[in-house]
Amino acid sequence: MTLLTLDHLGVTLRDRSIFQGVSLSIAPGEFIGLIGPNGAGKTTLMRAALGLISSTGYSSLAEMAPRVRAKCAAWMPQSREIAWPVTVETLVMLGRVPHLGAGQRAVPEDHAATEAAIEQMGLGPLRHRAATRLSGGEAARALIARALAQDTPLLLADEPTAGLDPAHQISTMETFAALAATGRSSLVSLHDLGLAVRHCTRLILLAPEDGLVADGAPEDVLTPERLDAVFGIEAAYITGEDGPLFQPLRVTR
Amino acid sequence: MVGATVLIAAPPAVAEAPQRVVSINLCTDQLAMLLAGEGQLVSVSRIALDQRVSAMASEALHYVINAGRAEEVHVMRPDLVVAGVYTSRDTIAMLRRLGIEVVQFDIVKSLDQVRTRILEMGDALEQQEAARVLVARFDADLAALREEKGPLNDAPRAALYYANGYTSGENSLATDILHAAGLRNAPAEAGYDWGKLPLEILALIDPDLVITARRYPGGSRAEEVMDHPVVGALRGRGAALTDQDWVCGTPFVLRAIRDMVDARRSVDATKAEIGG
Amino acid sequence: MSRVTIPLTLAVCVLFMASLLIGPAGLGLRDSLTALWQGGDEPVAMVMRQIRLPRAILAMMIGASLGLAGAAMQGYLRNPLAEPGLIGVSGSAALGAVLAIQTGLAAAFTLGLPLAALAGALGGVVLVMGLAGPRGGALTLILAGIAISALAGALTSLVLNLSPNPFAANEIVFWMMGSLSDRSMVHVWLALPLMAIGWVLLGTLGRGLDALTLGEDAAGAMGISLSRMRRVLVIGTACVVGASTAVAGAIGFVGLVVPHVLRPLVGARPSRLLWASALGGAIMLLAADIAVRLILPSQDLKLGVLTAIVGAPVFLHLIFKTRKDGI
Repeated sequence: MTLLTLDHLGVTLRDRSIFQGVSLSIAPGEFIGLIGPNGAGKTTLMRAALGLISSTGYSSLAEMAPRVRAKCAAWMPQSREIAWPVTVETLVMLGRVPHLGAGQRAVPEDHAATEAAIEQMGLGPLRHRAATRLSGGEAARALIARALAQDTPLLLADEPTAGLDPAHQISTMETFAALAATGRSSLVSLHDLGLAVRHCTRLILLAPEDGLVADGAPEDVLTPERLDAVFGIEAAYITGEDGPLFQPLRVTR
Repeated sequence: MVGATVLIAAPPAVAEAPQRVVSINLCTDQLAMLLAGEGQLVSVSRIALDQRVSAMASEALHYVINAGRAEEVHVMRPDLVVAGVYTSRDTIAMLRRLGIEVVQFDIVKSLDQVRTRILEMGDALEQQEAARVLVARFDADLAALREEKGPLNDAPRAALYYANGYTSGENSLATDILHAAGLRNAPAEAGYDWGKLPLEILALIDPDLVITARRYPGGSRAEEVMDHPVVGALRGRGAALTDQDWVCGTPFVLRAIRDMVDARRSVDATKAEIGG
Repeated sequence: MSRVTIPLTLAVCVLFMASLLIGPAGLGLRDSLTALWQGGDEPVAMVMRQIRLPRAILAMMIGASLGLAGAAMQGYLRNPLAEPGLIGVSGSAALGAVLAIQTGLAAAFTLGLPLAALAGALGGVVLVMGLAGPRGGALTLILAGIAISALAGALTSLVLNLSPNPFAANEIVFWMMGSLSDRSMVHVWLALPLMAIGWVLLGTLGRGLDALTLGEDAAGAMGISLSRMRRVLVIGTACVVGASTAVAGAIGFVGLVVPHVLRPLVGARPSRLLWASALGGAIMLLAADIAVRLILPSQDLKLGVLTAIVGAPVFLHLIFKTRKDGI
């Protein structure tokens, strides 16, 4: 069973075509990195898939009623807004909103999911801190925890590792990988190709005006030709005893 | 001092009747219209036309209307201007500077002062005979009305209640009107002078009769208090002031007294029925 | 949550009782209360039931409404400066009410007055939300509010001055600053239907406001319909502010001060702040109404004077804080 199916999805904003004809499907247990240069439309693709903006073509998530969709997919946007100084614990618990009954009563299940998410993101010592007083990296982790607490089969995140220090970047990616191991899937947009290569099971490459250019295992997607054509770079891509290593070397144009 | 309420620069040296009189105050308008000789009164103020506050609105149509401004009054070349003590000081000063004689008349605070003011207007217009006749008639009518009422301490207790919860105190024309009709002014007896009477106090005073003011067109929150359920619930038939008879100290206060006598009679009748 | 609800409810009860016992009539505690329960036609019973009781009830209802509306607006716009009085909604409601009275609509049919105030409030809210944009950035919101307030105030003054009624011209102060003196149970029944509708509508916003803490995008993905929330907020606020203004004039700052003060006590959660602010608003207005009767018993000191004395410094403090946070 697929968690997300896109069929010839296209988005045109303000008379400009962002991408057209994107088709893909996501099965349980995948950790997919959505990559591409700026302007390729990564954020737009994810929002269109969720049905937050209008699009042509088909998206299985966009077809669902909003309440149902909220239990099928969690979305972590790029703008890490936190409007009010709630505690980190409350912030993470906001992920349970789609599950709460009338009057927003939290049942033990909600508390359990929140706890698990806090643990997973290492937020234990911060749980009573006001969320607006967190550092950029801590806030990012708190928001990821919120998405985790939502406990959905699919998780979409827009640059969740941006602004995190190396340790937290790695542990976040490992968290998503662990999710995949339990049968849940994540679609995560990234700029750091090195991270993507090391942790993702599958990469989707988006190029400006060309739409979906490649979809598959990292080594199949990040060929030197594609790196040159889409990113304009040359890179060293080595698979050794430490696993796959990827490092951009120079600009080709 | 009795009669010393006329503010005047100096009485004219020659006792010659003024030929062109202009009145710029509602109360002086009406007194002048009542006493002036043929062609003596040239102009009255615009307010005299308002039927709500002027008892002589139709008579006022026969005169030139002024808005009380110094320039327009000056153009009429009056030899006497009659005004109230609260008429704009600037206007009065300007008129006097232009060499026009201005006689100011004070507010009437009792039935006695109605008499005084009529005589003063008669003096100003050199129509003393007409004034005396008017006063005599006033006295006669007043005496006739007064005969009917009983001793004051047995009289029904009335309360005056206007917009914004205002009431009239002991030394006022309104209270004299009530007394002449055989009614007591209950809030005044409780020590409330001119000013706001809290609704709660009105309720506790529990008067036999509440007299409210007539509503103006349009609406206003100030007048809403007169429709408050408490005012409605107080015992006795409500009665309404007719501004034109109450506002100025003219012989028309007799009409006000007659209205109040009617109101008192119905209160007496209701009390007799209840047996209390 | 009950750590906050219980003390607040207690405070409301205490202030309600105090409001019943304060007034120029100087009635004793036992007399007042027995008259309230058992009284018939006597003066003391009339004072308690027809004068003091409606006044206390209205202070509670209107205070709760303004607190609730303030918390709802702030939650939706994610802006602690949003408040029905400041952004011109109360002023527009007052304009509607004044038009209803002067054109005779209020006299013609019973609910004419609150409905006209509702229409005015709706106009005000729609205009402000339109001017301020989807996320009311502090500056644009306040500027829009100033514009709407100024316009509504000027038009209200114009209508009053054009009235044939000599008292109307002086009433601008009542409409702009609010007062509960000389109200009756008639006014309670007049305001209650629309207020109740507003309370129900605004009460449904809790879940959505919580989700909006994360921003519109995330909230949308969590199943919250933002357009529906906006509609509910607009109509609910207009109902509640319209009904309040129709019977008591425009009272400002309650919706600003109360959520600000209570926010730390409810952990900044918007859904909890809704109900806490309703209770807090009732407390603030009951207290203000008691204060006006104690400070200047012989005059009708307007409620807006006291709420502004408390509220304007809070407003200044909030502006200072937002300036520091760089808006």
